[in-house]
Amino acid sequence: MTDTIEKLRGELLTAVSDTNDLATLEEVRVAALGKKGRITALMKELGAMTPDERKAAGQRLNVLKDEVAAALDTRKVMFEQAALNARLASESMDVSLPVRPEAKGSIHPISQTIAEIAAIFGEMGFELAEGPDIEDDFHNFTALNFPPGHPAREMHDTFFLPPDGDGNRYLLRTHTSPVQIRTMMSQKPPIRVIIPGRTYRCDYDMTHTPMFHQVELLVIDTESSMAHLRGCLQEFVRTFFGIDDLTTRFRPSFFPFTEPSAEMDIGCSRQGGELKLGNHGDWLEILGCGMVHPNVIKACGLDPDVYQGFAAGMGIERIAMLKYGIPDLRTFFESDLRWLRHYGFAALDVPSVTGGLAR
Amino acid sequence: MKFTLSWLKDHLETTASLAEITTKLTAVGLEVESVEDPGKGLEQFVVAHVVEAKQHPNADRLRVCTVNSGAETLQVVCGAPNARTGLKVVLARPGAVIPISGDVLKKGKIRDVESQGMLCSYRELKLGEDHAGIIELPEDAPIGAPVTQVLKIDPVIEINLTPNRVDALGVYGVARDLAAAGVGKLKPLHTAHVPGHKESSRRIKMGLPAGQEHKCPQFVGRTIRGVKNGESPAWLKDRLQAIGLRPVSVLVDITQYLTIDLGRPLHAFDDAKLTGDIGPRLAKAGEQIAALNGKTYTLDEGMVVIADEAAALGIGGIMGGEPSSVTETTTDVFLESALFDAKNIADTGRKLLIHSDARYAFERGVDAASAHNGIEIATHMIRELCGGEAADLVEGGAPPAWTRTIAFDPARVKSLGGIDLAEDEMKAILWRLGFTTEVDGAGEGNAWQVSPPSWRSDVEGWQDLVEEVLRIHGYDKIPAIPMPRPSMPKQVLTTDQKRWESARRALAGRGLNETVTWAFVARAQAEQFLGDLALVPLANPISADLDVMRPSLIPNLATAAGKNAARGAGDVSLFEVGPRFEGMKPGQQTLVASALRAGYTTPRHWAGTRRPVDALDARADALAALEAAGAGIPGLQTGSGAGSGVPPWYHPGRAGVLKLGNQVLAAFGELHPAVLTALDVKGPMVACEVFLERIPAPKKSKAGAARPLLRASPFQPVERDFAFVVDAAVPAETLVRAVRGAERDLISDVGLFDVYEGPHVGEGKKSLAIAVTLQPKDATLTDEQIEAVSKKIIAAAEKACGARLRA
Repeated sequence: MTDTIEKLRGELLTAVSDTNDLATLEEVRVAALGKKGRITALMKELGAMTPDERKAAGQRLNVLKDEVAAALDTRKVMFEQAALNARLASESMDVSLPVRPEAKGSIHPISQTIAEIAAIFGEMGFELAEGPDIEDDFHNFTALNFPPGHPAREMHDTFFLPPDGDGNRYLLRTHTSPVQIRTMMSQKPPIRVIIPGRTYRCDYDMTHTPMFHQVELLVIDTESSMAHLRGCLQEFVRTFFGIDDLTTRFRPSFFPFTEPSAEMDIGCSRQGGELKLGNHGDWLEILGCGMVHPNVIKACGLDPDVYQGFAAGMGIERIAMLKYGIPDLRTFFESDLRWLRHYGFAALDVPSVTGGLAR
Repeated sequence: MKFTLSWLKDHLETTASLAEITTKLTAVGLEVESVEDPGKGLEQFVVAHVVEAKQHPNADRLRVCTVNSGAETLQVVCGAPNARTGLKVVLARPGAVIPISGDVLKKGKIRDVESQGMLCSYRELKLGEDHAGIIELPEDAPIGAPVTQVLKIDPVIEINLTPNRVDALGVYGVARDLAAAGVGKLKPLHTAHVPGHKESSRRIKMGLPAGQEHKCPQFVGRTIRGVKNGESPAWLKDRLQAIGLRPVSVLVDITQYLTIDLGRPLHAFDDAKLTGDIGPRLAKAGEQIAALNGKTYTLDEGMVVIADEAAALGIGGIMGGEPSSVTETTTDVFLESALFDAKNIADTGRKLLIHSDARYAFERGVDAASAHNGIEIATHMIRELCGGEAADLVEGGAPPAWTRTIAFDPARVKSLGGIDLAEDEMKAILWRLGFTTEVDGAGEGNAWQVSPPSWRSDVEGWQDLVEEVLRIHGYDKIPAIPMPRPSMPKQVLTTDQKRWESARRALAGRGLNETVTWAFVARAQAEQFLGDLALVPLANPISADLDVMRPSLIPNLATAAGKNAARGAGDVSLFEVGPRFEGMKPGQQTLVASALRAGYTTPRHWAGTRRPVDALDARADALAALEAAGAGIPGLQTGSGAGSGVPPWYHPGRAGVLKLGNQVLAAFGELHPAVLTALDVKGPMVACEVFLERIPAPKKSKAGAARPLLRASPFQPVERDFAFVVDAAVPAETLVRAVRGAERDLISDVGLFDVYEGPHVGEGKKSLAIAVTLQPKDATLTDEQIEAVSKKIIAAAEKACGARLRA
């Protein structure tokens, strides 16, 4: 028996290694381990042996069986691997092809800038307020301490609507300040709001467009002073422009709705005709501000000897131009796709103070 | 306003440099707009002495000069006819930049003779037009000194005056502010009374009716006889020209000069042309005046004229008249120094569209106590420059009461102004500005009674006094104190604002480019998009094609797409989030997110064919904006066709609305070809309008932000396909809804995967193939259960839209 097993072992392993494909390998398997296979046949002979012989022969047969099965397996994996390799060798594509087109949208710089402003002032406890584009004389002028006939009114180049049937003459708001009035008349102090929005003036040239955007700041409480105004604005410009030590300069100015009034400059350089923000000795006017005029506080039904606070306003396009190096105001409203794509922002580029204001 | 440095120094004794002065002007609120310093760039030019001037050997017109500049002796070839021995001249040495040309001077040879410099004319230094010869300096000019110390160089300063600061409308007022801020000392004005040599033959008649006297409360006049009018002296002409005024004659120039010098308008009449008494009265309706600017104005009864007994002579406080004006031959002059009401001047000026220095001053509020000073100073000046004898002053009316006191708590400087300042310093500042202060009682904590001077009509309350103190002390000394912060910031945006922002980002995420367009459109365009809205026109549009407020965002988007197409970008997808205007009153506007697409959805590419945009792209945009803004998509119904509320600017067969109940949340579709023609753009274009404010407010959930528990079924879902044949006009949504509702507990999804119209289903019919997903929750579905649901689905489809299973 021992000799037979040894011989069979040699024959079967040779047969396995002689195969060239899966089909012949299967034939070899059946011939060896199938129901009528040669190892199976030898197994059947065990029954006729003595227990001792059977034990010894059985063990040897099992070893043979395992050995042949392993050889078959190895050979099978080899064939499968070869088949896969052959298939992969026949499959290829040009992965340098341009990917299937997907349109990339963009957010307009005005929207993005408003979102940035909201994010910064949000950190300081401000909320966003809004008001109508069509306003009445009371909210746009009178309540803001522009007396009827005052020359400061004429400086506003106001767009008017024709008088309605009741003789009311409405106008397009010349600034976002009327929302100060609406806010003070509808909310109780303490108030901290920012008011972005469209504003209109009848003026159209290199540096003026008949529609533009402003953002207004209003704080009303019993203790905010010009020092807070300056602190608040200084933190804003430093964060917005991303210059930690940007210097600010306060100058006296005049607005009918603030007293004292100021204009704020930020440090810059104009060397070589190129504007650069930072502490370089020159100054750039950036916004107007001041303590809310007592007449305005009074017009909103509050006592100006008790309540005080500040207001500030700036042009959104202007600060966007400064931050993002956009050279021409008029291009903001031209809807030129090349411009929108170039100066626009990705949809997912949502500004926040903690996550970053601009990429 | 403009003035020159020397003019300022007539009123201000100071050693401050031009730079120090201009910095301080801006710091006190008189913002310097520009400084023209003709001396700038002349630092390298020096006084030199022509030791000898010889004829050039090779040129008749040239001279070879030996020039001593103090430090060296140079040879200079010069072509000026006045270059001669002994002259003191302006020398430019090599390296100097010649102002007129901007060229750097180099050594050179002129007709074979070396020239080591250049002798300059006024024109070459940009100091004037004189180019007849080189500058001849005074004989005592020190050799080697910079010419800026020898030539009369007078920088021109322009300040941007805020409308409240009429006190600084005169050079004197500017000097007063600078002195208060510590730049030098204010010199007194020459206001001494000039006694008349005889009584005035002309009287003042205050002719304003009762109740309207305030329109001209005071009128002071004086006749000066025997004056000699003519050309003004050089200094006076120089100053007027330096600030852009045209010298006329010395009498006129004196009034021009004092208007700038004092901010006090005056007027000079030719006394010989006056008849009888003079004074203010109301204009008669339709009365005409030929004004000094050569135009004739027709007046109304609200306006004030200065008139004598024969005629109206001038528009009071605005502009004099031509017939009574002084001329070269005037020998007797009548001076007017009057006060006018700011509001009436503003109204009159606006009605007549006259912009004059006098109007500018009076409508802002001229110093109420300045009439006498003005006429005395003018008298001095006229007698000095034109001679003559002054008669007594004649006067009508009186200045309006201007004295007042303001209770001022000095602690407000800190509490409002944010700055710590000693009370003595505050007082000193107010005094230097001409205010007086009185302290109630003794000790700290008492309010002061502060009286503003006559020239500060703009100061009304204690807040103004805080500003005065801060302004002179220096705004830039205000510290920057951060706002006290909330422990955690609140939500900045309201629910609506969050929705708009989400819609904006959702549309950009779908590949659309956000734009911002005018709120105005052309009337003809607006009319295409009115529907049942009212047209909102502007009374004074910026241009004829931007003359009404937009009733829709689409016209601007469509014309923008057209312009981009004209630039070669035909595949356009734009959106805007902004207001449309629905009426003329505040609040009659709605925020709309509007998207517009034109051309193809993608550029040509290798992986397939591209397709033009269609109404479903617009619907997808609308749905994306609505979903981002929080409108539940499953509840939305699509309406289309007549009576569905689709606006008329859409294609009647390729457009729809998205409704929640009866509320139209959005309209979408292909734009009507006739509308595109009216907008002058090429189509097709598709668009949507999403009315974000109409989305119902989200319901407050008791669970807060928590979501309902997910109950994912452990059992296998089953998918079954059905093909139904329906009438071609049946909206697919009707079938899908019906099928979805056939067995709500089991049907988790219904997808439409094929639409077929053609011979196999017959004329006027279409086949809709749907895939229904059945999701059991309690046990695996049996064949019987599936069969039962299928029957329900078929029945529901038939009931809803007459659908039959496709054979």
